[in-house]
Amino acid sequence: MTRIYISRDMASVALGADDVAQAFASAGCEVVRTGSRGLFSIEPLVEVETESGRMGYGPVSSRDVDAVLAGTHVHHLGRIDALPFFAAQQRFTFARCGVIDPLGMADYAAHGGWTGLDIARSSPPQAVVDTVKASGLRGRGGAGFPTGIKWQTVLDAPNAPKYIVCNADEGDSGTFADRMLMEGDPFCLIEGMAIAGHAVGAGHGYIYIRSEYPFAIDTMRAAIELSATRVAPFTLEVRVGAGAYVCGEETALLDSIEGKRGQVRAKPPLPALSGLFGKPTVINNVLSLAAVPFILSEGAEAYAGVGFGRSRGTMPVQLAGNVKNGGLFEVGFGITLGELVQDIGGGTASGRPVRAVQVGGPLGAYFPPSLFDTPFDYEAFTQAGGLIGHAGITVFDDSVDLAHMARFAMEFCAVESCGKCTPCRIGSTRGVEIMDRIIAARTVEPAAPAPPSGVLGQALYSRAPDRIDVSASAQTELLRDLCDTMKFGSLCALGGFTPYPVLSALDHFPEDFGAGVRKPLAAE
Amino acid sequence: MSFTRETDHGTPPALATGRNVTLSIDGKTIALPEGTSIMRAASLGGTSIPKLCASDNLESFGSCRLCLVEIEGRAGYPASCTTPIAEGMVVRTQSERLKQLRKGVMELYISDHPLDCLTCAANGDCELQEQAGAVGLRDVRYGYDGATNMGQPKDHSNPYFDFDPSKCIACSRCVRACDEVQGTFALTMEGRGFDTKVSPSQGQDFLSSECVSCGACVQACPTATLIEKKVVEVGTPDKAVVTTCAYCGVGCTFRAEMRGEELVRMVPWKEGKANHGHSCVKGRFAWGYAQHQDRILKPMVRTSVSDPWQEVSWEEAIARVASDFRHIQAKYGTRAVGGITSSRCTNEETFLVQKMIRQGFGNNNVDTCARVCHSPTGYGLKTTFGTSAGTQDFDSVMQSDVILVIGANPTDGHPVFGSRMKQRLRQGAKLIVIDPRRTDLVKSAHVEAEHHLPLRPGTNVAVLTAMAHVIVTERLYDEAYIRERCDWDEFLDWSDFVAEAHRSPEAVEALTGVQSDEVRAAARLYATGGNAAIYYGLGVTEHSQGSSTVMAIANLAMATGNIGREGVGVNPLRGQNNVQGACDMGSFPHEFSGYRHVSDDSARAMFESAWGVKLDHEPGLRIPNMLDAATDGTFKGLFIQGEDILQSDPNTHHVAAGLAAMECVVVQDLFLNETANYAHVFLPGSTFLEKDGTFTNAERRIQMVRQVMAPLNGYADWEIVQLVAQALGLDWNYSHPSEIMDEIAALTPTFAGVHYDRLEAEGSLQWPANDAAPNGTPTMHIGGFVRGKGKFVVTDYVATDEKTGPRFPLLLTTGRILSHYNVGAQTRRTANTAWHAEDRLEIHPVDAENRGINDGAWVSLRSRAGETSLRALITDRVAPGVVYTTFHHPDTQANVITTDYSDWATNCPEYKVTAVQVGHSNGPSDWQEDYAAQARQSRRIVPIEAAE
Repeated sequence: MTRIYISRDMASVALGADDVAQAFASAGCEVVRTGSRGLFSIEPLVEVETESGRMGYGPVSSRDVDAVLAGTHVHHLGRIDALPFFAAQQRFTFARCGVIDPLGMADYAAHGGWTGLDIARSSPPQAVVDTVKASGLRGRGGAGFPTGIKWQTVLDAPNAPKYIVCNADEGDSGTFADRMLMEGDPFCLIEGMAIAGHAVGAGHGYIYIRSEYPFAIDTMRAAIELSATRVAPFTLEVRVGAGAYVCGEETALLDSIEGKRGQVRAKPPLPALSGLFGKPTVINNVLSLAAVPFILSEGAEAYAGVGFGRSRGTMPVQLAGNVKNGGLFEVGFGITLGELVQDIGGGTASGRPVRAVQVGGPLGAYFPPSLFDTPFDYEAFTQAGGLIGHAGITVFDDSVDLAHMARFAMEFCAVESCGKCTPCRIGSTRGVEIMDRIIAARTVEPAAPAPPSGVLGQALYSRAPDRIDVSASAQTELLRDLCDTMKFGSLCALGGFTPYPVLSALDHFPEDFGAGVRKPLAAE
Repeated sequence: MSFTRETDHGTPPALATGRNVTLSIDGKTIALPEGTSIMRAASLGGTSIPKLCASDNLESFGSCRLCLVEIEGRAGYPASCTTPIAEGMVVRTQSERLKQLRKGVMELYISDHPLDCLTCAANGDCELQEQAGAVGLRDVRYGYDGATNMGQPKDHSNPYFDFDPSKCIACSRCVRACDEVQGTFALTMEGRGFDTKVSPSQGQDFLSSECVSCGACVQACPTATLIEKKVVEVGTPDKAVVTTCAYCGVGCTFRAEMRGEELVRMVPWKEGKANHGHSCVKGRFAWGYAQHQDRILKPMVRTSVSDPWQEVSWEEAIARVASDFRHIQAKYGTRAVGGITSSRCTNEETFLVQKMIRQGFGNNNVDTCARVCHSPTGYGLKTTFGTSAGTQDFDSVMQSDVILVIGANPTDGHPVFGSRMKQRLRQGAKLIVIDPRRTDLVKSAHVEAEHHLPLRPGTNVAVLTAMAHVIVTERLYDEAYIRERCDWDEFLDWSDFVAEAHRSPEAVEALTGVQSDEVRAAARLYATGGNAAIYYGLGVTEHSQGSSTVMAIANLAMATGNIGREGVGVNPLRGQNNVQGACDMGSFPHEFSGYRHVSDDSARAMFESAWGVKLDHEPGLRIPNMLDAATDGTFKGLFIQGEDILQSDPNTHHVAAGLAAMECVVVQDLFLNETANYAHVFLPGSTFLEKDGTFTNAERRIQMVRQVMAPLNGYADWEIVQLVAQALGLDWNYSHPSEIMDEIAALTPTFAGVHYDRLEAEGSLQWPANDAAPNGTPTMHIGGFVRGKGKFVVTDYVATDEKTGPRFPLLLTTGRILSHYNVGAQTRRTANTAWHAEDRLEIHPVDAENRGINDGAWVSLRSRAGETSLRALITDRVAPGVVYTTFHHPDTQANVITTDYSDWATNCPEYKVTAVQVGHSNGPSDWQEDYAAQARQSRRIVPIEAAE
């Protein structure tokens, strides 16, 4: 009986993987459902086990069973890991994703699983924390805070009990790495959390998954049950979000787990000292925790050995939007943005020139091709006025209107604001209104209203709704002031980072914001 | 005192760690406890940082973003409210950059706020307006045509305050005040982002929500979103007087805020040591009775209680009182008259009434309403500890690890203390509730009792002794403490007694109805859970074994070493505003002020020499004895100040018969109360707003009552008593209550240091305040008991004679509700009736179903003493076999039902246990209708002009 590997990842299923799997099963094949390899242009991907390894075909449809089994299918790809898209990667975290049965305990162990946990548990907690510190791992959620230092704070905190919380509320548009890992290699995350539990003295962990990820929720729950005895006495449970983007902010996430309104907490106190239920809490992104088993099993040096500057190890970059080779590309830091977009991504799917890419989700900055030499590195991106965030890259061709994208950023913030702090709560709505005025003024420059004469006329005028200057230049100036208030006044990154897409669009693409705008200021 | 807003430092003080840190704020070096916020540090140093969402009675929140500051070496602009100070920190609170950011934030606020300041009720008293001025906002460049939250409908449902969501700035202060200060969690923020709105409960209006109308949200609101209706109606106040609330024994202090002579609002005073700036619906809002049309402002007399009242001059009324009492004494003897002091009047007034009786009537026939509430506390705690009062201040509860509440319902009866207790419970203290009824403390938002022992009414002693049994037999007692502080031999006697097998939780389970394992667990928790404090109420005292129960409580506390330091103790929650004071002032027939027995020759000599008369050395009559003597024909005249014995005392028929048998009943009160139906002279009283004096609360705290407005009736109550005394021939010449307090101090060792200048300076004093304790005594019995060695008293359980049987199979117990106070004379004359318009009978669904009773149906309630009708409320708060009602409404007259059984030691009535039957009814009983008709008849008034 021929063994066939087909992904059960949500993206693959969306492209028809279930039908394909059904067709192969009906044809008498043994179908193993794996995670996704991570290149969507070849999904649904079918891998056929042969004496010379797993031979890939993709995309295939349910009608292609015979051609695939005969080896004659036109989309014969050969060995997947030999494809340039994969050969160029450094898969530390995603090594097993797409290869193994996500819920196969034996498969996981056979592919190096649990080695990291066993090594960790044979060492004192401080040694584990030291290893993570030495690896240079930084928070993959976006802030880039050194993971080992966070763990050290929790380890040193005198209060008990302590908790491990995994932030799997992956809400950034164009990102999917957390989901792919949870669907494709859930034990890896569990192992990482169990290691964290040992390292800081926590006995229980929560995985907070957004409700939009039903496959990931099911897979994680099943994996937790299957691995319960393996990770005992450490225990885990899944908590499902309720659709609020802001609950990806760590303190709002903690409030949400506690059953409260998902609203951002002021810091201090740090969650490491007073987090979930007021107890010391490690709260890390899926990718941070999933990097840990590799670090423990292969050693901190193996991980720190790749990277760039202070950004060590690999980053699972997600290519999305108008891009030819959309998918997950795990690589050491230091690759340039241009290489990722043009060489790996292959440019736009529409074939038109790339005009802008947004890096780091809806709160990330827009980069024009002139900045494509920026190396993928936390510090380099900050210097260029942007952020890496969760490493999602969304590509736009030359048909994009950056003023509309700036409006979208404000609208996104207005829709997702928790409503706690004033700059974000009111500012985002005012930002949408400003962008509407700017977009309207681009086509017809409105005449400045004439002030009425006489004392009474002026007094009435001061309350007139149309007295404000709605010219593109005046509104652009107001937009900059608003962004300043939001960036420096907001309580959390939602309001604080919304100015990144807005100001980068304005600075790099001033022509989209109306004719004759003044020269942009350097981004702060 | 002129009108000034109290300083708000923005965040609460840091938890004491004893360590200070030094920092620089705007170049000024300041050292403060670690954990203090930058905002508070700046404020204490005299620099006010703009703020809207911060208030020093709430945890910091960090939402308004006006309080941003610069800190050297730190990126960005941290919020000063959420950033703690650190050693060597250099903070700038003012810079061009900060000005720009704050102005930017304020511009956003005002872009979604109506610009109707001139016609806004909060004009001149609005933090948003003030802060907009402070940050120098001059223009809103966003215009006024964008999205807004304006134009939403107002919620006028609460009788005392309005909610106008259009003016809301979403600072969450109201929500946080409801959560953190009041602990009701009635408010929430609903919606997100720009649509974020305050919502009472689940989008309800305020009145139908879980809101208890404590006013914390109104006080917290920085705008006119939540504002007192009275401010809307009258305008903002222009002056304030700090005074003490005249409702329950918590003793909250308020700023009475006035506009001219008109009282605009009562705002809880932050410096008040009992309430720390919190309030309840009664003290905060329910003061309208003071101006109610029912209030009697002219003295009245009549020959017979069947006559209408005749308004007369003060001179005539006073002369009538003096001559009637002298005639009665001449005819029936010196002891044929007496008086009742008021637990609602001031210490000074109470002192004068008992002085008038002892000095002027020449007997000791004085009693007070404590007879029917906490007389067993006086007896029990005096016997065991040596002092007739609670051992702690209220703040002590914040140090407790275990809180045992027995026979008390603080969230209804003592709401401000109840909120404080809930704060401590939310911090993690464990709670044990012993109560037949599932009170709110047993389970409500974020509070849940570890153990609820729902005992059968009347079995307190059995349950407490069973707990003692566990503590003794499992050796959980504190032997070192007992050997040092108590009489060891008495302890051994007691421990042998409680250890007997038939007193174990298992042995008494059938009797008490409480599961033995719960009793064991509760006893272990109380004995071993750290600082354990007991709070109790009338569910302990108003029983035939009331005094035994108090002593059983004292035994538990002594055996576990839980007396004599902060966080522990035995604390009666006193019912009325000055019931502690009334007891302290010598209102009992056997005691002078300071609880000295009338047979004590040295004490008596002290008073005799001060007052220049010979005093009776025999204790006088208690209230029930006076009534008995009246029906026997030997007691003929009663002077009653501020007390409605007909409604509040048990067995109404008996009280009425006693009053009817008297020749002269004088009632001094605000209203024609039920007792006044049997009175011959009515002397109109003054409210707490109209006089100076002092009240003493449940923590022995003596606080100033200050005159806010002139007495509408013409005289303060102390002046009226003085007029009567003078008419009796006594040489009294007090020109101010402070002179009365000086006399109290001179004659009462525990009050020796209490003078008005000291009270003004300290704010309040907790007695004993004398040379040994110049600043008063927050915690009693530190290092040793007042009586010397703590005394263990054997408390054998004796079942009450009031037993259920086939005719009366249910047990009735009574209590009160948040919105009403005592007999309701005040609160029924306020809009508080919106919450509780009538008394209802709580009955378990099983008992209701057995009788075919529907929720809301009229039912008859019968005991061997009497019958009344009221409507049923079907609830499982009460256990099967138990029914419950309140006694706030004279229409119901719940005390028609209660019997004349009483405490063996003090005659405190057994209100809490009456065997009853409940049946169908078509409406008020014949008796109720007759009574109402008689009351109407009795309240006819002939005005003064017509009388002439």
